Amino acid sequence: MKNIFIFIRRYFNFLFFVVLQILSIVLLIKYNNTYQAAYAGVANEVIGAINDQYNKVQNYFHLKENNRLLLEENTRLKNLLRINFENADSARIVALDSLIRDTLGHQRKYLYLPAKVINNTVSQQMNYLTLHRGANQGVKKDMAVVSPQGIVGTVIDVSENYSRVMSLLHRNSKVSSMLKKSKVIGSVEWDGKDPHYITLRSIPKSTPVAKGDSVVTSSYSANFPPDLMVGTVDEISKDPSSNFFIIRLKTAANFYSLEYVNLIENVQWDEQRRLEAAPVKNQ
Amino acid sequence: MSLLVKNIIRFILFILVQVYVLSQIPPLHQFISPYLYFLFILWLPFNISRFGLLLISFLLGITLDYFLGTPGLHAAPCVLIGYLRPFLINILISQEGAELNYAEPSIKSMGFAPYSLYVLVFTFIHHFYLVLIEWLEFGNFLYFLGKVMATTGISLLLIFIAEMLFFRKQKFRTNTA
Repeated sequence: MKNIFIFIRRYFNFLFFVVLQILSIVLLIKYNNTYQAAYAGVANEVIGAINDQYNKVQNYFHLKENNRLLLEENTRLKNLLRINFENADSARIVALDSLIRDTLGHQRKYLYLPAKVINNTVSQQMNYLTLHRGANQGVKKDMAVVSPQGIVGTVIDVSENYSRVMSLLHRNSKVSSMLKKSKVIGSVEWDGKDPHYITLRSIPKSTPVAKGDSVVTSSYSANFPPDLMVGTVDEISKDPSSNFFIIRLKTAANFYSLEYVNLIENVQWDEQRRLEAAPVKNQ
Repeated sequence: MSLLVKNIIRFILFILVQVYVLSQIPPLHQFISPYLYFLFILWLPFNISRFGLLLISFLLGITLDYFLGTPGLHAAPCVLIGYLRPFLINILISQEGAELNYAEPSIKSMGFAPYSLYVLVFTFIHHFYLVLIEWLEFGNFLYFLGKVMATTGISLLLIFIAEMLFFRKQKFRTNTA
């Protein structure tokens, strides 16, 4: 017993070094598997508060660009208003008794919430955003995040007033997307090289693709609503080892100047997940 | 200013500069990501205990990790250079006794060539270990080699600029006083 104590005292620094190394690696591995950092709640609150202070200054430098983006989006949405569409009156029956939309809100599937981006990186291999909106304001894990021009990422961690988003520019991010023209579904990933470009995979070589084609979110993606802009085709190359294209996309969202984003909650997702998780009966 | 206060301010400044300036720079290339924060560990006083050095290194790394959202990624290399630091200092200034006469490692206290070697070795070890962990996660040998070289180069440049900009006055202390 005495010898053990002498051993520990003698090699105390080395043992402490080994313990800290193991602790770091365990933290990292655990985080990479679950995206649940130890003490993430506390750390998120403290770091969120600091980010918020910094962002108050930084915000001014993007005001002009943001105003332009908001104006563009407003114009696009105003163009969709029903009041802008009017036919020459050829109908015999005036059928205004039903709307396509469910105005009572019983059938709502997606719920949009605004949020402010207070921290954002693009230079790492794993990029994250911090939003100033948390569990107290209705943010949940796995909610989708979109900017006015295109999709941005997925919520991975929520504290009381802040939430952390895995950016589309993350080595582990994967979004189910499709070519808007042909509706062929593939998945969008990031190779860690250039924040302007992402990669679309598993599109069969028989699919007609042209440079400039739009790629949108697919209807299979559970957290993203369908038909949100992901990017445009920039370069098409054939993967010689498989039957699929490797398509380089230019991201629709500009990740350098994200200031305000929308969080999207799929309200019906719980039900879908429960059904899909249930064992299949009646085979 | 006491050494403790000075180092606390330094800790905060290094973290803030790393998070809000260097990590915000748009990447020129996949391989280039500027790092400066570990210079804090290299600037810590000579007479700090090895236990304290390890603990402070771990704290520095884990603080940066929580800001960047990668718990453990920067803490591991920081602890490694914190552990190796006393050994290399012993090798580099064994005969001059500078650790008694000066407070912390610098060009003046160690001499230009030993201090450059000290910075070069630890910059390389830090990046080697950091990129090694990243490489094990993503896997691409070219990425590993290129990134170690490019980040080490950029970091050395940044450290050189930092040394020029913030010239640290070092008082010569004697035992007789």
